[in-house]
Amino acid sequence: MKPSLEIDRSDWTDEERAAAAFPGARRPDRRRFVETHGLRLAVSEWGDERAEPLLLAHGGFDFAGTYDGLAPRLADAGYRVLSWDQRGHGDSDHADLYSWDADVRDVLAVLDSVTQAPMAVIGHSKGGAILTHLIQAMPHRVRAFVNIDGIPTHRPPPDVADHDRTRLLARELSGWLDARRSAATRVRKPGTLPELAQRRQRMNPRLSLDWLRYLATIGGRKDADGWRWKIDPVLRPGGFGPHRATWDLRRFASLPVPLLGILATEPEPMGWGTDPAELEPYLPESAHLVSVEGAGHFVHIEQPDRVAGMILEFLGTAA
Amino acid sequence: MRTSRLRHSHVELALHRLRSGEGRPLLLLHGLGERSPAAVPSEAAPWPGPVFALDFTGHGESSMPRGGGYTCEQLMGDADTALAALGPATVMGRGLGAYVALLLAGARPADVRGAILRDGLGLAGGGPAPLTPQVVFANPASHGAPDGHALAELARDVRPPDYATAFLRQAHELSGLDHPVVVCARERPDWLVAVLQELDTEPMTAEAAIALYAAVC
Repeated sequence: MKPSLEIDRSDWTDEERAAAAFPGARRPDRRRFVETHGLRLAVSEWGDERAEPLLLAHGGFDFAGTYDGLAPRLADAGYRVLSWDQRGHGDSDHADLYSWDADVRDVLAVLDSVTQAPMAVIGHSKGGAILTHLIQAMPHRVRAFVNIDGIPTHRPPPDVADHDRTRLLARELSGWLDARRSAATRVRKPGTLPELAQRRQRMNPRLSLDWLRYLATIGGRKDADGWRWKIDPVLRPGGFGPHRATWDLRRFASLPVPLLGILATEPEPMGWGTDPAELEPYLPESAHLVSVEGAGHFVHIEQPDRVAGMILEFLGTAA
Repeated sequence: MRTSRLRHSHVELALHRLRSGEGRPLLLLHGLGERSPAAVPSEAAPWPGPVFALDFTGHGESSMPRGGGYTCEQLMGDADTALAALGPATVMGRGLGAYVALLLAGARPADVRGAILRDGLGLAGGGPAPLTPQVVFANPASHGAPDGHALAELARDVRPPDYATAFLRQAHELSGLDHPVVVCARERPDWLVAVLQELDTEPMTAEAAIALYAAVC
């Protein structure tokens, strides 16, 4: 069967069709698959194919469609805007394995599908962290970097006694392993579009239900028994591992490309709680750091015009 | 030898029964790029119970994932899948499998009745802290087991000493065993040095380790 990125809306209700529109949001002009090592990644593009390319990387548990607000604003300013669904997310294949190295290799496959020339790149949250790694590994592929609330921060461990910490970690580990034991047969709970939006609002409390319903029409799929998010049910928030944010932070000052850091100021569940004063000594001297008052972790969704304006001012007009 | 196929998330794992018998099983975990042995290795021969060996994801007869993405935590999930099928077991790991055995001993302290850490490929991983960032590629000419992505990615898997000892402490606090982990390895990467500092047993031979856990009820 030929893979398709077309959405079949034949069995959608009028309400569901109505939810698939949101003021200021625009679906990509083109969508395609990039295949990498047997895995298909869904790529979205907005704007003129001959224009200067610019890449957007989404955060964990998101998908390229979460840029339906920001991307058209950048495309209308003259860029060919690209984004992709990370493995296991959106319309990309559910992978057998997930890791940091794999995500970085995947983004390179997306870049390779467009150009070998240095490209401007923008990443939100985990997407910013993936791009940070890519730039350090392949500086010649990037000309400028906008990091939206994805700069690592130095958070002290909670003040708990050693033996309590051991038990906390033990619970986290056995919970993770238990989930993996049942992962092969797990399916997400079906619901109506409003139910999916309400569930997501627990993690995105500052985003409107109208927007989240809109996202559910893209990041969700309608089956006979209801709507489900497409994301691989194996993926769970949190997790553990040897990685430390301070390792990334200490290398930040060496980033060899112009850097604009956009930070949220309102705390929320998915936020990183980055303190600009604490961050400043770790950044390259030439970096611009902007804290957006009154905006949470999804600052580009809350204030797309303002964020697009900052990005365009920083990157300049498309070549 | 009988091989069972176990499901771990999207991967199918091969668990080989090298010898049947009564009592607690011994589970063997191979090193990086290796596969399960075809027969019970001589040092494990004195084990009184059945002996099993697991092929990790992308190794031996286990399935080959598309597009890589290996971590030792994922392999700990492989070993835990075997544990779910076998029940409480003593685990003996070589190299990469030794590190995974330590993680599992900390994560499943009630079910791992002793972890034996031995020399073998992939014992050091990527060292105690990350190297220069890199995009990690597999040999494009490689096909079949072992997966080229496993070789490339697990050779860079970072193993901070205090991460390893966090698992050791869990095994100590929660397993109820006097000696939940013993070291037989002669190679001493940083994480293993830190583990040895917190152990009250000296390194021993594999035969001695087998005898130690054979006596544990």
